[in-house]
Amino acid sequence: MKKKLNGKVSGLEKRRAVTGYLFISPFIIGFLLFMVKPMIQSLYMSFCEVQVGAGSFEMVRNGISNYKYAFRVDPDYSRLLLEGFGRMIVYSLAIMVFAFFVSLILNQEFHGRAFVRAIFFLPVILSSGVILGLETDNSVIAQMHATVEESMTNVSVTAVLEDILRTAGIGTRAYETVFELIDNIYDIALASGIQIIVFLSGLQTIPKSMYEAASIEGCTSWESLWKVTFPMVSSIFLVNWVYTIVDFCMRTDNEVMTKITDTMVDQLNYGLSSAMAWCYFVLTIVFLAISSFLISRRVYYYE
Amino acid sequence: MSNTAVMSAPASTGKTKSKDRPKMSALRKKKIAVNAFISFVRFILLFGLCFMIIQPILNKISVSFMTEGDLYDPVVINIPAHFTTANYQLSAKLMSYKLAFKNSMITSLTIGLLQVAVCTLVGYGFARYDFPLKKFWFGCVLLMIIIPPQIMSTSLYLHFKFFDFCGLAKLITGNTINLRGSVLPYYLLSAGCMGLKNGLYIYLIRQFFRNIPKELEEAAYVDGAGTLKTFIIIMLPDAKPILVSCFLFSFVWQWTDGFYSRMFLGNLKLVSTSLSSIADDLSTYIASQTGVQTTVSVAYSNCILSTGTLMIILPLIFLYLFAQKGFVESLSSTGIKM
Repeated sequence: MKKKLNGKVSGLEKRRAVTGYLFISPFIIGFLLFMVKPMIQSLYMSFCEVQVGAGSFEMVRNGISNYKYAFRVDPDYSRLLLEGFGRMIVYSLAIMVFAFFVSLILNQEFHGRAFVRAIFFLPVILSSGVILGLETDNSVIAQMHATVEESMTNVSVTAVLEDILRTAGIGTRAYETVFELIDNIYDIALASGIQIIVFLSGLQTIPKSMYEAASIEGCTSWESLWKVTFPMVSSIFLVNWVYTIVDFCMRTDNEVMTKITDTMVDQLNYGLSSAMAWCYFVLTIVFLAISSFLISRRVYYYE
Repeated sequence: MSNTAVMSAPASTGKTKSKDRPKMSALRKKKIAVNAFISFVRFILLFGLCFMIIQPILNKISVSFMTEGDLYDPVVINIPAHFTTANYQLSAKLMSYKLAFKNSMITSLTIGLLQVAVCTLVGYGFARYDFPLKKFWFGCVLLMIIIPPQIMSTSLYLHFKFFDFCGLAKLITGNTINLRGSVLPYYLLSAGCMGLKNGLYIYLIRQFFRNIPKELEEAAYVDGAGTLKTFIIIMLPDAKPILVSCFLFSFVWQWTDGFYSRMFLGNLKLVSTSLSSIADDLSTYIASQTGVQTTVSVAYSNCILSTGTLMIILPLIFLYLFAQKGFVESLSSTGIKM
């Protein structure tokens, strides 16, 4: 490294640097051609009105009117954006908690562990891409079932519990959020396959001797969960948090993204859809940056 | 619990076993009882969660064998009264399953191989070589993971619609090439590491290569192997597990992907794209059969949709059954860190 600062690089190092660049050259070319260029172009496009003609397309600058239109004229966009963000935060938190909990259980020794792991990982394969979007259509059938059940005067424990808590009058909105999450536990379980695997890989790197030391010092299992396990996997929390947020943005059933794609494909309004996409992207990145900064301050690095 | 185990261990060593047993049994019974209780709670919990994940698939299977009449029959819930495979025949017809299956197979295989090959090169470069601006480029990889592809979709769409490599095409033919409608755009994207989740593969492969000891590489150099020879003969065989699992992921995600397929693979008939339009196809098909414009009932179109979904995920389930280890184990052994 010092040699590099002096501006002189030895022959071998230079050769290795060139080989390294050769290895990653596909990425650099792809990144510049299919990432940087389109990014800049789409940013520019968001300030323009794009007219597609035969054989070419023209861009006419029109200032920030696309952004104005998106927020002040379009009836759905700002509402969808706000709702999307609320959902993203609530669901990402729920997914983190669920994945951590499940991975703690799956890390224990018991019969049929491999089988259970295989099942929990199944959603990664089966509910990706288009299938996830179609899965939500099943809600129609679920509703039919619900109405049938209601008419049969079946009383479920959870429904009664919900009613009691609702009438309590304190923190009703918080309860509603919790109820919604419980009702959608299936979605959460589907979305947390990769996170469980990542947590598991983190849990397996914790040396057993640490737990032994903790138990000799008089820690109960509950205490060693918070004093040993939690700090040791705290860096994994950061990885998973970023992954969850990004995954949420790319889901096929994300309403904001659907809106953007519709604007582009159906209305052929390329400028407006770019503006919408950029707003969403910038907001997500800002949120991601702030939250990861907050988490990373609490992350404990063992090595 | 381990406290009691530690305390009781020295006590048992002094005495003979037969005398010790009655004293020990109280503690041991308590321990066994607690363990049994924990196992029981864990079993209930896991059983419930597993059932929740699998239930929709079972439900789909049972629905897919029902006739239309069974769907409305309130008595029929899980086991069809009139067993039929007509739904499968109709779904296969609507999706043109054979053609779509073949196309999807070819596309997923070639795309998966291409992506893994390119990502391996890049990952190896990042893991094993020092070069100026390395941190910057790796930051770009991370950025690539974070940025949703939808943001550039507008621009890429137009980019490929009016494709022109450095103004070369315009020079020769006087016009830009319309790559939209062909499969080339996605192969170009994949060759440039910009396919579906390619940043993730680069990251994983790099993580794996970093864990291979440096001595192995140095020994190869000392023995006179060149850069490429070292890479192919020494490094690649070692990295087989992670390459296999990256390929599996790439295959599976490509198989079900709707976004990239619709944008960059043109009008190629794939299982994923044909599934997403199966409901519309059904109504047009029924209209053409009967000659009357009718709306298909929600239950029936859902039934056909379930059948179609099953037909699509069946190959994946088989793949998962045989290559489960490739999916789970190697991913958890890479030791993902940040």
